[in-house]
Amino acid sequence: MFDWTFTLVLVANGLLVGMMYALIALGFVLVFKATEAFNFAQGEFVMFGGFIAAAAITVLPWWVATLLAVAGMVAFCFGLERVVLRPLLGRPIIAVIMATIGVAALLRGVATLAFGPGTRAITLPIPDNPFFIGPVMLPPIDLVGAVVSVVFFAGFTWFFLHTRMGLAMRAVADNQQVASAMGINVRRYAALAWAMTGVVSALGGVIWGAMLGVDNQLALVGLKVFPVVILGGFESIAGAAVGGLIVGVVESLSAGYLDPLVGGGTKDFMPYVLMIAALMVRPYGIFGKVQVQRV
Amino acid sequence: MFYRAAGTFKTSYAADMAFYPLPVSRRALAALLVLLVVLPPLFASDYVLAVLDLILVAVVGAVGLNLLTGNTGLISIGQGGFMAVGAYTAANLIVRAHAPFWIALPAAGAVTALIGTMVGIPSLRIRGLYLTIATLAAQFIIEWMINHVTWISGGIQATIQMAPPVVFGYSVHTQAGFYLFLLPFALVAVIAAKNIERTRLGRAFIAVRDQDIAAEIIGINIFRIKLIAFAISSFYAGVAGALYSYYLGIANYEQFQIDVSIDYLAMVIIGGLGSVTGSILGAAFITLLPVVTRRALEAISGLLPAGLDVPGIVPELRLCLFGGLIILFLIAEPEGLDRLWRNVRTYFRTWPFSY
Repeated sequence: MFDWTFTLVLVANGLLVGMMYALIALGFVLVFKATEAFNFAQGEFVMFGGFIAAAAITVLPWWVATLLAVAGMVAFCFGLERVVLRPLLGRPIIAVIMATIGVAALLRGVATLAFGPGTRAITLPIPDNPFFIGPVMLPPIDLVGAVVSVVFFAGFTWFFLHTRMGLAMRAVADNQQVASAMGINVRRYAALAWAMTGVVSALGGVIWGAMLGVDNQLALVGLKVFPVVILGGFESIAGAAVGGLIVGVVESLSAGYLDPLVGGGTKDFMPYVLMIAALMVRPYGIFGKVQVQRV
Repeated sequence: MFYRAAGTFKTSYAADMAFYPLPVSRRALAALLVLLVVLPPLFASDYVLAVLDLILVAVVGAVGLNLLTGNTGLISIGQGGFMAVGAYTAANLIVRAHAPFWIALPAAGAVTALIGTMVGIPSLRIRGLYLTIATLAAQFIIEWMINHVTWISGGIQATIQMAPPVVFGYSVHTQAGFYLFLLPFALVAVIAAKNIERTRLGRAFIAVRDQDIAAEIIGINIFRIKLIAFAISSFYAGVAGALYSYYLGIANYEQFQIDVSIDYLAMVIIGGLGSVTGSILGAAFITLLPVVTRRALEAISGLLPAGLDVPGIVPELRLCLFGGLIILFLIAEPEGLDRLWRNVRTYFRTWPFSY
């Protein structure tokens, strides 16, 4: 007997969590679109943003702490672009991958040295009582996260479609050389893309930190980014949203149905299995650009 | 090996292909080998020997990963997972069939090569970053399988005791014994990789890395070459994993998690992509990093604030150094330690007339 209510609950929760994955994946996609840098440190960005917010929230109101985290991450990302990624322009992809892995290690080490190994809490003024729609129970923090995520997706979509800067960023993403020839300052837009990633990561850090608590483990949400962006395609914002939702639902369903059968832990790798299957059918993701290589 | 090359004329292809064209460098190498075999077990303390043992294991794994990542250009974040496959293959053979090491180690390599080839199959369609993430997926799936399939790991703790290897009737269990046990494997790994690089296969690896479509046009079956690269690299990883488990006395999946994969990638990057010598230097460098960090902290402990928990901050400090050094090498010396070593050699070889 198939339990429809149970499935509905799982899907609804999966969709909410998926939106929050999508928010983190958005940070990844923004950078990849503008600079083709593959950011392995996305999870650490989120963790670091969470740490800043958690440290600030003990003395400041929550919204100041959030703004502080955003400002801190934007400054960090600007610096990172200038010091680490700009010298690596035009180098093979492994150089950028390893550089971001190095940044990830550095951030983990610095975060623990600076903020201590314990788990910190972020308390937002959000009620604890779950929210009910029919039989479906929705935790308020997930709901807030999903709403923030939707707002940001709408905002970035508007930005890219209707502003001059957005147009310039799309031009840079499309072809750096041509964009440069048209008088667009490519480096400035690369820095801008990193700054946007800083904003998104800091907010992701606050929301995920409020859900899970802030410690080194928070960086592990970054590992969820890869199936999301691969399913969606590396350079598609809509893809990040769809990929996030798919990963959230798959995770939730495998935790609900597969875990009891095989003894747990499927939630962490089912998205990857799905990702490999999807890659075999569409090697550039659902919304990804098909790359034509020339010899 | 510092020498002056002058007046050497090669009269045969064999002489041209020789690794060490000059007698003086051959003799120096032989002397170095003898020193490597004789000196550490006689004079080094157990602590130093333990570090050397770890370096030898890392050399095997790093040389293998460099063939895949450096020479063929396929970035793999699954080396730790592959090592785990080798470790558990060897452990199961030893526990269930009482296999001696000369069966367990090649079998570990062969099984891992098989798994590695399966992981490489998506490279038929996907390339670049997408393939890298597929190897990351392999890492997670392997970890989960080992942890949850009791047939492989014998339970939820996922730890299997391994009997020490028996060589010529001697059971290897001291640090010095393990040094002498591991050294030949590291040497064979290095010599084999050096030779793979000069064969048709090795040239094909490099052609696929540099321009895969052009490689296909000159008659290289890219898919086959990529799979072979995965197989060879995984074979190395499997042997390294089995050796490491022999050394630890247990096979335990916690020794082969994603941070290990990243460590090995760092060895290859810091050492120098596509260079066997670089792999050796990188393996030594990354293995020594935590040891040196701890020693340095202890040496300056008088200068540090009194309340500081020195052993407690070593892992974090190591992470910082690790990340910082990777970035530094990528920006300042992209060709790694191998290039630095060659610079030093060239300097002395041409000194005092460096032009």
